[in-house]
Amino acid sequence: MNFGFTEEQDLLRSEARKFLAERCPTSEVRRIGEEQTGFCSKLWSEIAELGWPGLAIAEDQGGAGLAWLDLVVLLEEAGRYLLPLPLLSTSVAARAIREAGTERQKASWLPRLATGAQIGTLALYEQIDAAEAEHTKLQACRKPSGAWRLDGEKVLVPDAPQATLFVVAVRTTEGVRFAVVPADSPGIEVEAFPTMDLTKPMGAVRFSNVEIQDDMMLGGSVAPEGDSHTAVYERVVARATAALCAEMSGAAEANLQLAVDYAKERIQFGAPIGRYQGVKHPLAEMYQALESFKSLLYYAAWTLDERPEEALRYVSMAKALGNECVIRIGIDAIQIHGAVGYTWEHDPQLYLKRSKWSRAMYGDANHHYDQIASMGGL
Amino acid sequence: MDFNLSPEEEAFREEVRDFLAENLPPKHERGTDFLQKVWLPKVREKRWVGFSWPREVGGGGGSVMQQAILKEEMTRAQAPPLGTSWMGLQWVGPGLIAYGTEEQQQRFLPGILDSEVVWCTGYSEPHCGSDLAAIQCKAVREGDSYTVNGQKIWTTLAMASDWIILLVRTSTDPDDKHAGITCLLVPMDAEGVTVRPIKSMSGVSIFAEVFFDDVRVPIADRLGRQGEGWQVTVMALANERSGISEVEGLLRSLDRLKALAKSSVRGGRPALEDPDTRRKLARMETTIESMRFNGLRALTRQLQGEGPSSETSINKLHRTTLEVEMGELGLLLQGNAGGLMRGAEPVPDGGRWQRMALSWPELVIGGGTPNIQKNIIAERILALPKD
Ligand SMILES: Cc1cc2nc3c(=O)[nH]c(=O)nc-3n(C[C@H](O)[C@H](O)[C@H](O)COP(=O)(O)OP(=O)(O)OC[C@H]3O[C@@H](n4cnc5c(N)ncnc54)[C@H](O)[C@@H]3O)c2cc1C
Repeated sequence: MNFGFTEEQDLLRSEARKFLAERCPTSEVRRIGEEQTGFCSKLWSEIAELGWPGLAIAEDQGGAGLAWLDLVVLLEEAGRYLLPLPLLSTSVAARAIREAGTERQKASWLPRLATGAQIGTLALYEQIDAAEAEHTKLQACRKPSGAWRLDGEKVLVPDAPQATLFVVAVRTTEGVRFAVVPADSPGIEVEAFPTMDLTKPMGAVRFSNVEIQDDMMLGGSVAPEGDSHTAVYERVVARATAALCAEMSGAAEANLQLAVDYAKERIQFGAPIGRYQGVKHPLAEMYQALESFKSLLYYAAWTLDERPEEALRYVSMAKALGNECVIRIGIDAIQIHGAVGYTWEHDPQLYLKRSKWSRAMYGDANHHYDQIASMGGL
Repeated sequence: MDFNLSPEEEAFREEVRDFLAENLPPKHERGTDFLQKVWLPKVREKRWVGFSWPREVGGGGGSVMQQAILKEEMTRAQAPPLGTSWMGLQWVGPGLIAYGTEEQQQRFLPGILDSEVVWCTGYSEPHCGSDLAAIQCKAVREGDSYTVNGQKIWTTLAMASDWIILLVRTSTDPDDKHAGITCLLVPMDAEGVTVRPIKSMSGVSIFAEVFFDDVRVPIADRLGRQGEGWQVTVMALANERSGISEVEGLLRSLDRLKALAKSSVRGGRPALEDPDTRRKLARMETTIESMRFNGLRALTRQLQGEGPSSETSINKLHRTTLEVEMGELGLLLQGNAGGLMRGAEPVPDGGRWQRMALSWPELVIGGGTPNIQKNIIAERILALPKD
């Protein structure tokens, strides 16, 4: 039994942290966020150079072939620095292709995602609050030619404005499947939305009479043996949720650290405010919540590759606790800073906004507690 | 990261399981003297009593990982305790191993391991509990002995104990209240010791006041040096870790709560149709599972040679919250029957939830209060300024 990170993982973390501390301070996060595109292609090519988009893509498809847990380590650092790039989106889009695609499909799409030449994202949401397979209505109809015709709308797609490749959940006569759709396909319309968290671009993607060839519909008409299309879908969403949790954990840790540091510096009534229990005890509770969240997250990430039968339950637990944790730290960190916490100039607001974005994505705490209750025999 | 056990660890787990399968009959078949006559001698022979202690002093020399496995399997099998000298095993023994003389170890450890000598703990006093270093119970050195005068309170099991591990004040230095504290070992039948039981709100007397009037304690019964009592205490209490073994017990308790929820009706409808009840239960399950992995992370750090960390405070805090919340939900699900006691026909589970709703202070206050745990986390881990 060993619940520690390997030397390689520690190294990955420290290298990532070093790079991000230098290249992605919050001044840069603000600059990129406030730009028209909300995207910095230079920074994207730098992290592509480091191999980050391909970290968890298999080696024979041009990636580094690392495990989901390694990606969690990297994304914790991305979250810590609020890296405003579609790294999470591209990683999970690639994973969907890996889970659902045939060897040929993997070979044709994954290498370009691994090098960062393509920016991928998962297009799941057709309602603002539900991403389960059963809510997928976007129609994919088989034409006599063998090609597919897609019609419908994804109302919320992370990084939609930048993505060059959508991995889209579609309803077919065989159930819900994933289709790979290049963003420049005729009939696609992307509407970029103003977002609360400027580091997380979002948009709607509309599909009208979009035609894709059969080899862009992932997998065969029958899901891999002993498996259903829905099971594949759930696995992809579980991976995506764990990856998101990693960004949440890193961001929450950075934010808590800001609050702790401030509590040591700021003097009121002749003492650092961190001496007062009205400040100190909430910080202790936030630390407790964060560490407990991390414990569940790391185990959940490990199960995804090592004990898949346990994964859905632990991913739900991590997300449920994670949501409570980031929301609390988001709000309380600002309170602890007093009025400066309310300013644009200070960083807690960036983390508060990130916490709001993260909470809803892939299910809020109630959603996951409901899942856990059902899985737990209730 | 690897949650699989090594072959040696797996073999040890098998050994424990085999032993339990062979030697632990189902609860209703165990009989009244099973614990004393059958179970304790057997686990003693296996050297599982004081399993973490070195073999030289009669312990089992178990590795950190083996200890965790043993505890987990024991809890899972609902095995009886590994000894009845509870505080002896928890902290008096470890204190003696770290600070005792060889003579003291030989004199006291066997009685603890053989469950023959029961110990109680004399730390708290009427005017000080959380602020333990403020104790006033006084010991004056005269020749080869101390004379002790003062009072202890909340002393669990004082009326059933043979010895008490006692913190006394041997000097008063206003600048360093810790330095004047000394640890003495005192037989409860010594002349001048009076025990007065206190009835708790649950109706039973689990603790007592203990008075010391000119009690003479030979210096041979001092644990550690004079003025070293604080270190002895800190070291001994560090052994009281919140381990992963608790998780199995908590999950079993949660199963009972779920079963209660399944059979309960709220507002004329099955309680399980109430999203709030479902989510409360799911949240408890999530917290308990997080404790498992917090525990394993702490265990890993320990395996890598870092001592028990103050991070166990995180689990202690979870534990106290759960104790209150589970008892609450257990009563809530019973509606008005929540106000009845065991024996009343509508009360489920033999009054278990009523009991929990009346005994949570044992855990929540007895082991150091939540506020104090939060101080520990904030000051020792987050390095915030002290109160
Ligand atoms: C069932 C039970 C068994 C016990 N068994 C033993 C035993 O065997 N031996 C023994 O020596 N003692 C025992 N105790 C005593 C126990 O250790 C103390 O009750 C505990 O340490 C709290 O002390 P207190 O009761 O004096 O409360 P106080 O310390 O007076 O605390 C009262 C309240 O004030 C809060 N408070 C105190 N200081 C602070 C602070 N700095 N910051 C914020 N809040 C604070 C506390 O959290 C608590 O809510 C037992 C207690 C119980 C309930």
